[in-house]
Amino acid sequence: MELGIGAFGDASRDPSTGQRISEAQAVRNVVESITVAEQAGLDWFGLGEHHVPEFPVSSAAPVLAAAAQVTSRIKLSSAVTVLGTDDPVRVYEQFSTVDAVADGRVEMIPGRGSSIESFPLFGFDLQDYDRLFAEKLDLLLEVNRSAHVTWEGTTRPALTGQYVPPRAERGPIPVWLGVGGNPNSVIRAARLGLPMATGVLGGSATRSATNAELYRHAAARFGSPPEQTLIMLGSPGFLMDDGRKARDAWWPHWHQFMTTVGEQRGFLPPDRGSYDRDSGPGGGLLVGSPEEIAERILLMHEHWGHVRQYIHIDMGGVPQRDLLRAIELFGTEVRPIVQRELGSTSVDELMGRATAR
Amino acid sequence: MTGGIDPIRRVSILGAGRVGTALARTLVDAGYQVTLAGSGDPEAVEMIAAFTAPGARARWARDATSDADLVVLALPLHRLPSLDPTILADRVVVDAMNYWPPVDGIIARFEGARHGTSIEVRDVLGLDRLVKTFNHTGYHDLEPDRRERGHPDRLGMAVAGDDADDVAAVVEVVERIGYDAVALQRLEFGRLIQPGGAIFGARPTADDIRRTLRPLIQRAA
Repeated sequence: MELGIGAFGDASRDPSTGQRISEAQAVRNVVESITVAEQAGLDWFGLGEHHVPEFPVSSAAPVLAAAAQVTSRIKLSSAVTVLGTDDPVRVYEQFSTVDAVADGRVEMIPGRGSSIESFPLFGFDLQDYDRLFAEKLDLLLEVNRSAHVTWEGTTRPALTGQYVPPRAERGPIPVWLGVGGNPNSVIRAARLGLPMATGVLGGSATRSATNAELYRHAAARFGSPPEQTLIMLGSPGFLMDDGRKARDAWWPHWHQFMTTVGEQRGFLPPDRGSYDRDSGPGGGLLVGSPEEIAERILLMHEHWGHVRQYIHIDMGGVPQRDLLRAIELFGTEVRPIVQRELGSTSVDELMGRATAR
Repeated sequence: MTGGIDPIRRVSILGAGRVGTALARTLVDAGYQVTLAGSGDPEAVEMIAAFTAPGARARWARDATSDADLVVLALPLHRLPSLDPTILADRVVVDAMNYWPPVDGIIARFEGARHGTSIEVRDVLGLDRLVKTFNHTGYHDLEPDRRERGHPDRLGMAVAGDDADDVAAVVEVVERIGYDAVALQRLEFGRLIQPGGAIFGARPTADDIRRTLRPLIQRAA
């Protein structure tokens, strides 16, 4: 089992001080977090894409490239690439460039994303979404597979054998399909023979694990390769040495984050009752002590059988020092417990890829 | 309320996404015969039903609704035009859908829906027995928040509709699933339980719902 960190690059106001760091500082903080994650022994770091003041990292690739230069082992990924409003050819070129800098440590998670700000920004129509996403994913996979790309669709002019550089040195870049939890998307991942990156974003840690059974069953039914039938899970999370302190400390940040999202989408702020339920034993918020979180991941593994778990850690203005400490605890304390129980087979080994350097 | 309401036994859910499958599980748990229909090929829906809503049977939409006492709409709102309204004729239909621009895109009709999106759904499909419920809870809260009748922590669920008998029939379903139903006797009050409404995402008790919505409903009257 691999463990990792997910981040957006957070420039939200810290609710306890009222202060907000600069958007540029938020970008630099991500590079620092990736460095600390590697030092803590973590296996993977995924960076999101947004176009709002709270989350100013709009281009993951250059940030990952900067981190690639100061790390040597940790996997670097998008989480997620909002593919519907991007050019799949350009996405490949950017990530294969980072892959060159990183000596083959790059992965991608194309997904729909959960916010819509990139659609008007780049001039796309959300009502075309389903067709747009399916075609762009198809093209991205084709560019990843073939140096000379021949492809035809309805949303852009055809490609007739054009070359797309630089080619990733270790063959196709691992592409996980980002799935929000809709069972139809689960079946899409299985049908395409792609590993699935999905989330437990609160609620129960295990309830939606039926999607794992659905995914494996469908992948077998479609004859998809078993070495690609893999699941990674992301969950909001935060750690301190003392579990109760962690839950109390993180609550105002989570509350602020969910309040901001709620204002945009029309739902009310979360109540402490649902937070306590979801951050308690069996809950989908991985907030607590290293022992509690290790135990939760083991419980989730029984149900999901996933090969990588990451915690999404930077939202609602958590101070960078607390964030770095949480990353450190996740790597130095949670990871050994989890790997003692579940082994330390890497995702590369499971996929049959040569290990990066 | 008038008498003579036939109890609901067979429920057909249109939409095999997160909302549809969560509703299917709760309805199966509550003892209903549940059929599930989705877009696309029935083999996919069959797999979805088998793994995410065991006990529910996969059907083409037309077959699923043909003998249903109640039809639940749980598809993304932007897919509404793909629905054949004739399969819903004369049935009690629950609108569990919410307008959600990140998924649906910007749809002018729902952006400008002053009386709530269910009024638009009613008009688009030409339905006269539409009831709105399940909208103010999340698909991930629907199951863990269920409690048996009389439990001190039992939460509430608003049920809005124009026909008192239809509302009463749906109220009974909601109560059996595990919530105290609060009837709102006009479909347009459904705007209060959808995104942006006073109780959306709030996990309220029945008393919370009455306390919050009563002044808003009185003001509207």
